[in-house]
Parts: sequence; structure tokens; C-alpha cells
Amino acid sequence: MRYLPQTNDEIQKMCETIGVKSPEALFDVIPAALRMKGGLDLPKPLAEADLIRHLKDLGRTNDTTDSLSSFLGGGAYHHYIPVAVSAITSRGEFQTAYTPYQPEISQGTLQAIFEFQTMIASLTGMDLANAGNYDGASALAEAVLMALRITKRPKVLLAASIHPDYRRVVKTYLTNIECEIVEIPFDESGRLQMQALETQLDDCVAALCVQSPNSFGVIETANVLSAKVHAAGGLMLSCFTEAMSLGFLQSPGALGADIVAGEGASFGNFLNFGGPYLGLFATSKQYVRQMPGRLVGETVDAEGKRGFVLVLSTREQHIRREKATSNICTNQALCALGTTTFLSLMGPKGLDRIAQVNYSNAVYLRDGLLGLKSVQRRFSGPHFNEFILKFKQDPRDLLVSLRARGILGGIAVQDWTQGLENCLLVCATEMNTKAQMDEYIQAMKELL
Amino acid sequence: MSNKPQLEKRQGPGKRGMIFAEPTIFERGAPGRTGHSLPEPEVPLIDPKNEIDATLLRQDAALLPEVSELDVVRHFTRLSQWNYSIDTGFYPLGSCTMKYNPKVNEEVARMNGWVKLHPQQPVETIQGALELMFQLQGFLATISGMDAVSLQPAAGAQGEFTGLLMIRAYLAEQGNARTKVIIPDTAHGTNPASSAACGYEVVTIKSGPEGFITPEAVRAVMDDDVAAIMLTNPNTLGLFERHIGEIAEIVHSRGGLVYCDGANQNAIVGMARLGDMGVDVQHFNLHKTFTTPHGGGGPGSGPVAVKKILEPYLPVPMVVKRDGRYDWDSDRPHTVGKVKGFYGNFGMLVRAYTYIREMGAEGLRQVALRAVLNANYVRKSLQEDFYLPHDKTCMHECVFSDKYQQAFGVKTIDIAKRLMDYGYHPPTIYFPLVIPGALMIEPTETESLQTLDRFIRSMKEIARECKEDPEIVQAAPHIPKVRRLDEVKAAKEPKFVFVPTAKKAP
Repeated sequence: MRYLPQTNDEIQKMCETIGVKSPEALFDVIPAALRMKGGLDLPKPLAEADLIRHLKDLGRTNDTTDSLSSFLGGGAYHHYIPVAVSAITSRGEFQTAYTPYQPEISQGTLQAIFEFQTMIASLTGMDLANAGNYDGASALAEAVLMALRITKRPKVLLAASIHPDYRRVVKTYLTNIECEIVEIPFDESGRLQMQALETQLDDCVAALCVQSPNSFGVIETANVLSAKVHAAGGLMLSCFTEAMSLGFLQSPGALGADIVAGEGASFGNFLNFGGPYLGLFATSKQYVRQMPGRLVGETVDAEGKRGFVLVLSTREQHIRREKATSNICTNQALCALGTTTFLSLMGPKGLDRIAQVNYSNAVYLRDGLLGLKSVQRRFSGPHFNEFILKFKQDPRDLLVSLRARGILGGIAVQDWTQGLENCLLVCATEMNTKAQMDEYIQAMKELL
Repeated sequence: MSNKPQLEKRQGPGKRGMIFAEPTIFERGAPGRTGHSLPEPEVPLIDPKNEIDATLLRQDAALLPEVSELDVVRHFTRLSQWNYSIDTGFYPLGSCTMKYNPKVNEEVARMNGWVKLHPQQPVETIQGALELMFQLQGFLATISGMDAVSLQPAAGAQGEFTGLLMIRAYLAEQGNARTKVIIPDTAHGTNPASSAACGYEVVTIKSGPEGFITPEAVRAVMDDDVAAIMLTNPNTLGLFERHIGEIAEIVHSRGGLVYCDGANQNAIVGMARLGDMGVDVQHFNLHKTFTTPHGGGGPGSGPVAVKKILEPYLPVPMVVKRDGRYDWDSDRPHTVGKVKGFYGNFGMLVRAYTYIREMGAEGLRQVALRAVLNANYVRKSLQEDFYLPHDKTCMHECVFSDKYQQAFGVKTIDIAKRLMDYGYHPPTIYFPLVIPGALMIEPTETESLQTLDRFIRSMKEIARECKEDPEIVQAAPHIPKVRRLDEVKAAKEPKFVFVPTAKKAP
């Protein structure tokens, strides 16, 4: 077997050194009653060519965003990934390296993370950022926990327009933490309802969590919201599912966020059926000691040369154990490397350009669909690359018909929160050609 | 200028290759240079100001470099060359199971049929992905002797958190969620941190003189307030917790549950199953036993496996098979909820599935046999040169300490750094906490006898240097691109981001 290099002679020799008859004898330390009697019930092993054939065949039973024309968003977005990104993330020196606890021989990973931290801090408008969180949803949950630690207040305000998975994960993380979670509804523009917010703002509020663009695609007036929560002494937690929007939207930091938690997958990571992605997490200097996850800092070596190390690990579980800021032990280093490579290739102009194409495509598709009979816009607020349409009928039937024409027409969002009956979330990115959008509009016209 | 023999002596057998200085990416490039290839827009570009309030639009460009594709490729390739990795060398890194990551996994995981799947696609378009997940759930249940598996947790620590949430939800439904979790002093730091995240107080118990947890120690603290015991088996001393059956009985008899950290599964895969030892819930680290790459720290993947009584509490959605078709099941009223967006680190699941399909039952059994053989070979070969606190058969790893070397003023950290000059990643050091100056070595099954022998010779050589030339060890490493780094400065004068030098006013 190719991953097991010991020959029979060598096994014999090693057993002699150890002083046992066979490797099996080493397992006598496990009480006999606890050892397996038979073998595992698993399929027969496959040789490499058969293995590849099997996985290729299995993968082929899926229809992908390549073979279908996809207008799906809702927390995961189909974007261009330059080939050079995979060329870098496939390098064994990055891919098969361990967590950089030994900085002298991990400078590659450490410097790449430092560069990542710089880019994300700048894009989010915060002092610092890290690559410590699993994905956007769990990053938001960690941000809420952090806000509870900082403010020592018991109430969390959660916009109902936040992605349902994110709200669910926040609630799961807070299951055994003493606090009150209040969902704040939205208005007809799709933005947070100001009145409902104001009635909840008091000196118990630890944080207001807002997603922008929110799960309806609508851009919130985050500057107004942060002023309000700050006046009540609470923190502003800004999250996003679509990092590409940072290409031309104002950074959350500039709009008053204290903690930013978002999904970074759009920057150079494949859709991958929902993971692995990476949680972007950024905050201001004053809160760094409450931050979850690994952080890299610049320093010098014994000869005065620039180098990078993991810092402030006294926040972390391997030092502080039950008093740690989080139980997070991994980071998303390889996904973060993809993001850093992607952002380097794009540069400020490329990112702005992609964001503009996303937006322009979404407007083109939106206006085309709104020109059809019985299609309405659900919310009047401005959007980035996705928007919600309202139909007279259940759009799930339309989706089935569109699917038959090779189109993934969007997400029926009636279960996401109240007030979304007969609603369809449609997304257009730079990956959608004009022909695809025209075909979608035409198909919808014929179906309605 | 140091003379040549002196330099060779300092450098040990390691040799310097072509390692280049490389600034940060922000110090490369030139304004106006680009590294991307974007098409001409097909629809007219629309000015966002038409619909979006100007205050919500970006005013200043973000700090991103302006570089060509070659700039980027060369930059990151040079950075990669500063990394130690499994592909370039041996990692005797205890409890981390740094085994070879098969290349076929990567080939398969990058197939279009997986990477280009959107998580919101309708189920009829993702039957292959669901089948892979369903099968993998079954494989992991078989391997662990458990009844049901969720693939959702994104890493081992999140698996722990999920497992404890389920325990808490189960006990709460029985009428009392209880207040405490028992954790031995040899546990990974994530165990107490995860317990705290679930609102539990941690009761630490000492492992016995033999390195095992004793039933007496458990009995002494087990009461009706204890929700669970959290064990690692084999433990972080590399020893099999031989009393686990009795310990599980003690805990169960008082209504508590048994959590086992699956971090060290590699030692027993195919030989023994935690599910047969009274364990109620465990997590897997797919990046350990099932060869998904560590990636410089992540992404990981931490599926949880449970016994029947905890199955109703698993996160949603679950993958199920109904009438020959695969589907999502979210209608699970007792579920603890969701711990991450969508369904788990799917890309890692594809790799683990591929590995299990290549190895089969006998292959996996051989993994455990040879991992344990390799560890015991290292243990026997080095115990004259390094102090071995527990002189007995180990499982996947053995733990030495710097006790002998302290006499010469050399510490574990020095030995670890000196190993770099010899071309090795250091072992896990100063862990487990119960062994002062611990050097924890896990060779894994994928390393050959020749590699082990070279490593053993290097360790012996370092032991000799500690006696005869301690300064060379204390000042190590000599070969890597940077010497020991000033961590105090990094913490005291924190620099988390690159700050460009201010442009001079015109």
C-alpha cells in the first residue's frame, strides 16, 4: 500500500528493537474486551484509477454552476477565480504545513496571514483583522459573544433581515449564555425598522447586529444605525455574506462598526457546496484582547531581521483553557491565502470593477424581470448584486420550470422570515453573461 | 565572518538553498499595474450613485497592491519556500498526526462536480454530493461504533462544542442540564474551552502515576451535578486509557454521559472503537486520521458521532435517504440548531471520503498498526538519550522530556529549535502540561524506517551536543531564514497590519 512504507522485513526488525513479536502485540495495552473482533464493514479498497473514475462519476451526477445558468446567491456567490489563485493554494508548502507555532520555519504562512490581515482591515475600515473564524455565520456568533464580554450587558438585537443560517448559528452559540436575543423587523424598503429599533434601545443593549447588504440584498443605512446604538452605549456589529460588495460600498468601519464579521468566500474561494469558507473578523485596537482566534504580528529576530509570529495567544484555549476568549484552535489559513492571492491580483481597481459589473448585471436583470407582468419588487431599498421579487403565485413552481430549461432561477425565501410569501431572491454576478440573463428574462416571460 | 568548519558545525546536516528575501506584497508593484483579466462589460456599467446614497459608497480605495500576475506568483512562491511542510519534511508533531496528505485527494476534491456546486441548489441537482455525505456518515459511524453522524462542525473544537451542546440538551430534557464537566489534566485546551462555551464549570482530575485516569479519581468527583466526562483516548501521553470501560460505567451510573475527543483516533482506527467502550459522543478530526491537509492551520473538519440517545439532538440539516433518493432533513424538533452556515466543510469531506475508499477496512487497520509500531520504535530508540516519564508501550505517540539535558543548561525549546537545523519540524513541546519540559513525538504511519532512523540519529546527535557544546543548541536555529523571534516585542508593540510610509507632500 502506497502510503504505508514499512516492508515486512522492516516490520520484523522494528519489532525486534521494541521487543515484541508483532505490531498486533503492541495492542495488548487495550483490554481484550475493548478490541474489535472482526474487521470494519467498509467498501473494498480502490486503486487510484478506479478511485478517480468513481469520484468523477459520482461528481457527474451533480449539475453544477458550470453546466447550469445560476442566479443563486443567498450567502454563497459564484465569482471569477483567477487560475493563479489555485496555483498558489495548491502548493504543498502551504497546503501541508502545520499551524505556525514554530515561526522560524513558518514565515511563509505567517507573512501571508499578515498581508491578509492588512487587506481585510483596510477593506472593512477597521484597525485589525484575522483569519481565525470558520465562516461568516460562526464569525457573527463569535462577534456577539465578544460584544457580551466587552459590554457586560445582557441584550442582543438581531436584525430579522440577517441571513437565516447566521441567525440560527448565533442562537445556537448563545444557547447556554445568559442573554436575551431580540429580532428587529424590517420596513418596506427592506431596511431595519427604525421605530422598532428605538423601542428596544436601552442600557441593557450589548450590540445591534446588522447585515449589509442584508439577506434581501438591501444596503442598510449603517451609519444611522451605529449612531443610534452608540448613543445607547451598545456596540455596532456589522456583518455581510457578500464580500465583493466591499469593492464599492463604504467600509463598515467608516459607517461606525465596532466589530465586523463577514463571509470572505467570494474572494478567491470556490463555492464548494458551502465550505470550507472563511470568516472575516475585524475590530478596533481597543478590543483586541477580546478577539477570538489567531492573530499574527510583526517583530524582529535575534539578528534584527523582520519576521512574523503568532501574538496575544494568552487569549487562546491552549494557554487559558476554560477562560479563553474562544475554543477556536484552527484558523482558515489556506482559504485566507486564496483570498490574499485573489485580492493581490485584483488590486483596488479590479475589485471596484468586479463590484460594478455585479451591480450593473443585477440592475439589468432586475429591470428586465420587472418589465414582465405580475412581477414586483418586494423592497424599495437599494441593493448590490441580489434582490427580491414578489410574484402573484408561489415561485417554487416557476423554479421547477426554469430548472427544466437549465436555469437555477433563484431561491424561494418564504421560510427565511415573516413577510416573504411568494418571494424569490435573485442574484447576478460577473459570471452571468448577458445571454444568460436575456434567456432568463425570456423564460420567465413565457412561464408567467 | 565565521570560518567554514565553524559554520558547517553550526548548521548541522541542513544545507542552505536559494532562499530569497521578499518584502510584503504592499512593497511590490507600481500604480496602475494589474494582475487580473476581466472582460469588457456586456451591459452598460451603471453609476451606483443613481440608486445608492453617496454616504454608503466607498470614498477611499482600500490598501491593496497593484501588481502583475508574475509579481503575485513569485511573491507567494517565495513565501511558500520559507515554510516547513509535510511535502518537504518529517513532522514528529505529537497529537497533530502530521501524516502524508495523498495527492489524489487534492485531484479529486478540485473536480468541477464538487467545487462548482452552490449550497442552495435544489436536491435533484446535488444527488452525488448528498450520496457522498450520506456514505461518509455511514463510514464514520462504522469506524467509531456509533449510531449517527453529523458532518457539520467545521473543526474539532466545533465538534466538541456541538457534542457538549447535545449532551446539555439531552440532560435538560431529562429534567436537569447539570453544571459540571470532568476533564483530566492531560486534555487538549479546547476541551475546557468548549465546556465553558456550553456553560459548564470544569472539574480537573489528575491522571494517576501510571499516566492513566483511575476509576477512583473519577468516582471521587462524580456526582449528580456532573453532566459528562471528557476524555481523550488514547490520551495525550500516548497511552490507552485502559479503565475507560469502568469509568464510563461510573459516569453512566450517576446519569452522566461520556464524551471522547477523537483527536488521537489514528492510533486505534480499525483496531478498536470508542463506541464499544461506553462513549456516547465523539468528534473526528478529518485533518488528522483522514488525511485532509492542515493548510497552515485550517480549514479543518470535525464531524460528530453519537449513540442513539443523542441522535435527535444532532445539528440540522441531516442528509437522509428516502425511497432511493437523497434529501435534507431539517424537521428535527430536538436539534441543537446549527453551528455553521450550510452543511460543513464539504471540500474536506470529499478528501476524507476519497481516503477511506482507497484504504478500505484492512488498509485503515494497517494505519493504526504501523502508526503504533513507528511510535514505539522511536520510544525504544531514544529512551537512553532522553528521559521517558512513562516507560511502557505507547500508542501513536511517546512523550520525552528535557530532564537529562537540563543538567547542561539546555531546555526543551532549545532542542526543538536545534532540530530545525537538522531538517525536522520540532515535536510538540511543553504539552501535555503534566510533563514538565515535554517533547511529544508522533511519527505517524506514513514515515519510513529510514526517515525514523535519520531522525533518531539526529536526536542522539543533539543529545551529544547538549553535553559537549550546549551553546550551539541554545542559540539554535542557525539555518532557517529567521532566527528566534522577539515575541515580547510583538506583544508589547503590536503591529497587526502593514502601514505604508506616508507619501511626502508635493
